[in-house]
Amino acid sequence: MKHQQIDQYAASLPPDKRASVYGGTKSGYDARLRALNTSYTAPDNLRRLAGRIKQHAIENLDTYLPQVEARMLANGVKVHWALDGDEACGHVHRIMEERGAKKMVKAKTMVSEEIHLANYLEKRGMECLETDLGEFIIQIDHDHPSHIVKPIIHKNRREIAASFEREGLGAYNDDPEVITARARQFLRHKYLAADVGLSGANFVSAESGRIVLVTNEGNSRFSIAATKVHIALVGIEKIVPRDRDLGLLLNLLARSATGQQLTSYTEFISGPRTANQPDGPEEMHVIFVDNGRTRVLADDCRPILRCIRCSACLNVCPVYRQTSGHAYRAVYPGPVGAVLSPLLAGDKFPEMADLPKASTLCGACNEVCPVDIPIPDLLLRLRDRGKQVGSKAAAAATPPMGAFGTLAASPALWKVVMKTGGLSALYPTFLMPAAGKTWVRTRGMPKWRGGKFRAWMKDRRAKTKPLEK
Amino acid sequence: MGTSRETILKRTADALAPLKERAAYPDFNDSVAVMPALDRAGDLWAIFSERAKLVHGTPLSGSPAVLANWLREKNHARGYCDPALLPQFGEALAAAGCEVETAFDRARVDDYQFGITRAEAAIAETGTLVLTDGSTSSRLAALAPWTHVAVLKREQIFADVATAVASLPADPNVIWCTGPSRTADVEGILIEGVHGPGVQVAFLLE
Repeated sequence: MKHQQIDQYAASLPPDKRASVYGGTKSGYDARLRALNTSYTAPDNLRRLAGRIKQHAIENLDTYLPQVEARMLANGVKVHWALDGDEACGHVHRIMEERGAKKMVKAKTMVSEEIHLANYLEKRGMECLETDLGEFIIQIDHDHPSHIVKPIIHKNRREIAASFEREGLGAYNDDPEVITARARQFLRHKYLAADVGLSGANFVSAESGRIVLVTNEGNSRFSIAATKVHIALVGIEKIVPRDRDLGLLLNLLARSATGQQLTSYTEFISGPRTANQPDGPEEMHVIFVDNGRTRVLADDCRPILRCIRCSACLNVCPVYRQTSGHAYRAVYPGPVGAVLSPLLAGDKFPEMADLPKASTLCGACNEVCPVDIPIPDLLLRLRDRGKQVGSKAAAAATPPMGAFGTLAASPALWKVVMKTGGLSALYPTFLMPAAGKTWVRTRGMPKWRGGKFRAWMKDRRAKTKPLEK
Repeated sequence: MGTSRETILKRTADALAPLKERAAYPDFNDSVAVMPALDRAGDLWAIFSERAKLVHGTPLSGSPAVLANWLREKNHARGYCDPALLPQFGEALAAAGCEVETAFDRARVDDYQFGITRAEAAIAETGTLVLTDGSTSSRLAALAPWTHVAVLKREQIFADVATAVASLPADPNVIWCTGPSRTADVEGILIEGVHGPGVQVAFLLE
């Protein structure tokens, strides 16, 4: 039987990687559960409410996008729009060129991964340095993040220590405290030497034009304190209607992602620094990125645009836990990725159409989602679509149903086969294909019971008397 | 220049046009996500202190001498002090043998063991400090040294996150610090002091 790519990847995953991924996701899952249940008596009500706010926001983006743009312009922010990754990279490059900037420090942003920004800038002679510890390690290893919140969930301390040694960041030492201290010392001078700080945005308030960033390490804070230009890459679905929505969403995001009540650094940024402030950007740019999002918005799978990238669905998913994020072959792994990646792929949907099948449909992703996205329903819709577009990837590992389809579509043919099926007992075993022979060597064929249901149904109708008045 | 903007707005409008009905903005109370266990009428500094300790923050209170002696105990001898706080803290810091500068020289970033700045506010529910461009004299001084001290007054403490969101100051850079800078990227092990402070002090000046 043909296997799906994700099965093959999982089968070849070294045991220590699987253990790292399993341990990391399990602890994330436990932390989330503890945080939500100790804080709230009915956390599910909050998830549903947050889901309704985000659903309202995406269904009214045509109102909120011009509104947030107007607020940002009034706040002194320069606003740019990018249809795709190339255009977004082009905006960043042009902003840097206009400032004569060569060096960028980058706080974690999934959009920059999506558009391959680092690669684009490096090809044009610019430095683009990751500052989140995990992302920094990914960068020096020329690897890819395998988890949205814990990018190096698949690595252990020994691999990291070896990478640091190779990069000249001190002699081999695999104590996490030492690794972190070395990164601290190395990166702070990089921040101070950089011209541009790049961030994403977790939320954007249409009401005030504030962008909200959350990090535990404080790397985006440092990027926006040390540099003269701040560029934020924002997916258009990040907008929330009002500032008041942020209270609920921040509480849910931190608890769902890491089990914290709030992330260590939560930043509300609405423009360049004030006149009396010695540190920070003189100009701020926001680049609104489409890159497939308006296509998802037009799709009946649009609830996936509610996603706030907390990773709770990755942590709980029995498939993710066994396969790791790299098995999903895209920037967004796990259940959310299995929905979002095929949709964002556009014309290349058939290449990603197997991802929605990499799910047990157990529903756990929906149960933990802080914005209550019905992920299993969306996966089913995409499975169906995979079949409709005749994607080979979506069909892998599905047994052929052609003969059954013909039978099931014709009641007369069905009746004949059910009546005569008993003859199959006469089928000589030596003519069977190899798999069938193996089966009958230790077991007999079951007794044919075809047609019994129809007989029972007919009989039952005859026996059931109409109700007397 | 305007074309991508027009295209994205048009695609958005076209994507939403077929919807017969748009999801309504739900009706909810601002305090919906406030933890029920919070005693909003209680001593907010006491609640703040308790919650700050849970996230490994360091709440301290008292006169400038209390802070100066605490810094000395930690072997912190050189640091930054917000010029606006110097009249209150200068004497005590000097008496404890702590040298301070009132301008942060980024070329000597490693020379500062601590930074003392003013907080805009605090949030009792989560043990969070609120910093802004308006109140915090230097973003870098509140971030780069190992120890950051945010000086706070009793009346600046919000009860909960919802109130703090409702009262977000009109400042381009509002930063909520909940405990020290931290990471768990290496094998999920918690390490404090990644890029920002390893010790985050909330100092209630009394």
